[in-house]
Amino acid sequence: MGDQGTVWLPEAASTVAGDVDALFYFILWVSTILFIGVIGTMVLFAWRFRRRSSQDRPQPVRENKLIEASWIVVPTLLVAIVFVWGFRVFLELGIAPPNSYEIDVRARKWSWLFEYSSGAQSSELHVPVHRPVKLRMISEDVIHSFFVPAFRVKADVFAGRYSYVWFEATRQDTFVVACAEYCGMAHSQMLTRVVVHSQDDFENWLANNAADADMTPAERGERLYSQQGCFACHSLDGIELTGPSFQGLAGSTRMFTDGTSAEADANYLRQAIVNPAAEIVQGYEALMPGTYSSLSAADLDALVAFIEAQ
Amino acid sequence: MAEPHSSSHEHKQGFWRTYWFSTDHKVIGIQYGITALLFLLFGFGLMLLMRWQLASPGVEIPLLGALTPEMYNQFGAMHGTIMVFLGIVPLAVGAFGNYVVPLQIGAPDMAFPRLNMASYHFFFWGGVVMLASFFVPEGAAKAGWTSYPPLADIETMGQTMWLWGMVLLITSSLLGAVNFITTIIQLRADGMTFFRMPFFVWAQFITAFLLLLAFPPLEAAGFLQLADRLLDTSFFLPSGLVTTDGPLEVAGGGSPLLWQHLFWFLAHPEVYVLILPAMGIVAEVLANNTRKPLWGYRLMVYSLIFLGFMSFIVWAHHMFITGMGTAISAFFQVTTMIISIPSVVILSALFITLWGGSIRFTVPMLFALGFLPMFGFGGLTGLPLGLAPTDIPLHDTYYVIGHFHYVVAPGTILAMFAGIYYWYPKITGRELNNTLGHIHFWGSIVSMNVIFFPMLIQGMAGVSRRLFDGGHTYSFSEGVMHYNVLMSVAAFALLAFQIPFLINFFMSLKRGRKTTRDNHWAATTLEWSATPTPPVPHGNFETVPTVYRGPYEYSVPGHATDFLSQDEASPPAAEAVAAEELVEA
Repeated sequence: MGDQGTVWLPEAASTVAGDVDALFYFILWVSTILFIGVIGTMVLFAWRFRRRSSQDRPQPVRENKLIEASWIVVPTLLVAIVFVWGFRVFLELGIAPPNSYEIDVRARKWSWLFEYSSGAQSSELHVPVHRPVKLRMISEDVIHSFFVPAFRVKADVFAGRYSYVWFEATRQDTFVVACAEYCGMAHSQMLTRVVVHSQDDFENWLANNAADADMTPAERGERLYSQQGCFACHSLDGIELTGPSFQGLAGSTRMFTDGTSAEADANYLRQAIVNPAAEIVQGYEALMPGTYSSLSAADLDALVAFIEAQ
Repeated sequence: MAEPHSSSHEHKQGFWRTYWFSTDHKVIGIQYGITALLFLLFGFGLMLLMRWQLASPGVEIPLLGALTPEMYNQFGAMHGTIMVFLGIVPLAVGAFGNYVVPLQIGAPDMAFPRLNMASYHFFFWGGVVMLASFFVPEGAAKAGWTSYPPLADIETMGQTMWLWGMVLLITSSLLGAVNFITTIIQLRADGMTFFRMPFFVWAQFITAFLLLLAFPPLEAAGFLQLADRLLDTSFFLPSGLVTTDGPLEVAGGGSPLLWQHLFWFLAHPEVYVLILPAMGIVAEVLANNTRKPLWGYRLMVYSLIFLGFMSFIVWAHHMFITGMGTAISAFFQVTTMIISIPSVVILSALFITLWGGSIRFTVPMLFALGFLPMFGFGGLTGLPLGLAPTDIPLHDTYYVIGHFHYVVAPGTILAMFAGIYYWYPKITGRELNNTLGHIHFWGSIVSMNVIFFPMLIQGMAGVSRRLFDGGHTYSFSEGVMHYNVLMSVAAFALLAFQIPFLINFFMSLKRGRKTTRDNHWAATTLEWSATPTPPVPHGNFETVPTVYRGPYEYSVPGHATDFLSQDEASPPAAEAVAAEELVEA
């Protein structure tokens, strides 16, 4: 419903979402009633007891132990109810079912990488419907946070320490995955999608993404472009994002911030991937992570071939 | 210790000693007040630039050009820092606390006047360092006001300036806190027992303890983060980090979570540092303008003490999504639920105080009445955030922004305005204009609601905070993006409605009607009843007052006027008995 701009929580698409929403709406309605009561009382008191003349004298009010006690007991009962209720939902959210399908997640400035047990990798999360999925997440740099509004799940992702989140999608659809923890300049652009497949489609997807022997280097490069999240900063259609677009990049003359220039040949492209800070093109900043130096030689060849084809 | 009263008529001092290096708590209070108001205006200005960007991403701002993500992130981090540490805390504690507390307890000055002066100067230079950080290479801090490492550890030079600035500000607060505690314990006038202290003094007393106990961990954490940045330590850096320049060559082995614990161990009590003085001001104004005693004064004081204690054991509710253990998480959910109860008690007591009153709708009273429901609203919207399951989808979204702004802006800031309108005649000897006050109040409360209410809706839809483009890249936020225009228009309206206040504030210094009597509001507390308006420059009182009664003896039956000042000697026997009954019952 969020897409249509209502004032309620967005559409829910996970098994836990219903319980989370029910608790939230309970608190919301109790709060609304309390707030209307409070405003009403205040306006009533303010009107009823306004000063009518300078000779006006208030009646002395005696303190009342019963009222004092009730103001402590009633809210205590109320918060006890929501706590016990909340705790049950909390346990449900916190403990992944034992048969969960596990996926590894790597977060870095400013993209996501999902690694499946079959060896497949993707920059968009692919999951089967109606099956609990547990993510084991780690960051390569600063703190990020995995957030799928439609699933009502969110968990911080740290460097040097795994964190976990689980969900069971209830509908075949695609949903937005956002980074919820502020992570630097392009934080707003750090987003991807979760694609929920039927179980069969999911198996097919895994199979299609596992084998790559029969692909050309440029095709493998295209997949890496998507898996490694290059698209977050480098477009293919000439639009300038954080980094230069790949369109027409190969073969062009690059002007650097130190005043030198070079032709973007294969060696230049390779160097720009493994050691991006070495030469910065005019109009850009040294923002690209150095993580890509760990790509295999074959992957680098494939990426260069892909860029050359643009 | 404060100099004895007799030395107050000493030789005239020069300009610098009188206005800049003064040891008089009243002058220091005014210094704090003016500086803090300027910082509030500046922090508000940063917010307006951000709201411009959110309503119309990429559209150029006059003189400044289009906002880059770097600029937006600097403004965001500095808006938070300035509003909290350079705006509201100095105004609530430094200004009101300094000016009013010694007068209300019948003290000639603060216990350590030179420490008090030092406290202001640490604050001032902390502010200067923060402002200067905008001009260092690559600008001010942009890791958010929370400065979470590793991001903050690898950020640009502005972050180092932020840390030095914070160290100065924290030092200032610690010096102030020691001074308040000593003053309130040691320098109360004869007869001013703890339970005869005005509620405002109690609020400042508890606040001082919060500052004293909560700030040292953050000061330590600030030094650790400085060491990480300048001395290549790794307190907050785990091993194997990779940044823009390749792998980080640090020892590693540190924990980013350590910072979060140290930060929130301060920053949650800090919330109560922002709110308790506000409650104190509202209590004073309500009792004075309903012309009746505060309902449940003792219960309110006990709630305040309990609140102060509990505020130290709720901090990890800011960290529910960091993956902490179930038992710890459960503990912090319980304490968070419990801490709502004393707040409810204080707020209800203030509401019940209205019952049976003879309410004068003065301008300070309007602001105090505005505070009550707005603070209540802020508290209620916080309930879902105190429980982990409902916090998880809302955490780090605009819902959180909306929630705490309701507490701090239409909550605390309205109370601060109540305080300004209430004590301005005391400080200057002149009245503020009533009409301008009304325009200021209604304009402010309406625009604040239009700014902050849509934030709750955006947050429920899942729009994250700290997004340079406000969430335009997220498909799920499309339906709530249009609110940005309305919110930004309201933000500029809020600026417009501060103009009557500024005019009123400065014009009334010269042109305001002179107050006709020392006790302008017919109040019972010592700052109004026992000292001239404006008060004696050094030493506060012409004769040191003796206190005979509780703080809010309004409308005592049988008494000629509707208020009995704390320093008024015993009325005839019959009245004394009646008054005694009222207090004891």
